[in-house]
Amino acid sequence: MEFNNNIPIYLQVIEKIKQDIVSGKLKPGEKMPSSRDYSNELGINFNTVARVYRELENEEIVFTKRGLGTFITESDQIIEKLRYTMAKNQITAFIDGMKQLGYTKEDMIKFIETENNYLEGNE
Amino acid sequence: MNKLSVLKITDLTKRYYNKTALENVSLDFEQGKIYGLLGPNGSGKTTLMKVVAGLHKQTSGSVLINDEMLSYKSKAYVSYMPTENYLYENFKVIDILKYYNTMYEDFRYDYAVNLLNDIDVNSDIKISNLSSGQIGKLKTVIALSRDAQIYMLDEPLNGVDVLSRDTILDLIAKSHSENKIIIISTHLVSEIEKILDTVIFLKEGIVEVFGDAEELRQERQLSVEGIYKEVFRNA
Repeated sequence: MEFNNNIPIYLQVIEKIKQDIVSGKLKPGEKMPSSRDYSNELGINFNTVARVYRELENEEIVFTKRGLGTFITESDQIIEKLRYTMAKNQITAFIDGMKQLGYTKEDMIKFIETENNYLEGNE
Repeated sequence: MNKLSVLKITDLTKRYYNKTALENVSLDFEQGKIYGLLGPNGSGKTTLMKVVAGLHKQTSGSVLINDEMLSYKSKAYVSYMPTENYLYENFKVIDILKYYNTMYEDFRYDYAVNLLNDIDVNSDIKISNLSSGQIGKLKTVIALSRDAQIYMLDEPLNGVDVLSRDTILDLIAKSHSENKIIIISTHLVSEIEKILDTVIFLKEGIVEVFGDAEELRQERQLSVEGIYKEVFRNA
């Protein structure tokens, strides 16, 4: 994983884990690596990974079992909410960007439709 | 979370003849963190490390390690790696390890051998035949192989090729644990910043910035390197 040093590293790791949960790369209930192993893998400080797990636990996206480690939530509801939030962030950024280019709602929808072939071709 | 203060520096000043190397430096180091001591050449980084290592005596101010004044005893808590190559040229790598094993009670010989195997430094080679990257790696391994409380690495990335730099950073991050403090001095900020918890900017002997790396990034929307450039632009 490459990091952008302008953004707190723990936020970048959180984002990556959330993406992997939403895309299904990380499964509900799956055990996460220990802070130590994960930090070695990413080449960062283990305190940073500990912070990642703390923040994700506050958001109830992971949970810890004492002595066993950190696990991805098993709640479909939380994962569904996460998927919605992340998709909404993407679409908000898209709409803002297109508005700045002068696109109206209709133009945007038309644009997406004409790009549909391209989207499908890349699936 | 309350973390233990292991190293406490208060109003530390160091003068050499007419030059002030450190001026009223106050820093509190907590267990379990990696500190970056950052500043251009001549900013006082090495002087600060040498005072804590007990090699130089301060002009005024105090340094407490585990609430004790610096003493012969406190030296046992500190593993200090100087920036220069101090290794005997005619020794083989393995002889250096044996030497350290007899010099320091807390030297973990097997740990050092394993680390060197992991990073492909052949222990049968003479020091004079090692590249500067290999010297850098070996020095880091030696410093980290002591079972100390405080590790101070003075410019571990200097004169070291890019790949060896990565190896050295990995060695440091992996050897770190909850009950240690690691202090790394460097002016190569972009390379090192991802493994730092806390950064200290030292400018002409004065502490300009002392803070959590992630919070600094968040507050200023800049990398530690970006902030460094702003602080030292006119230095």
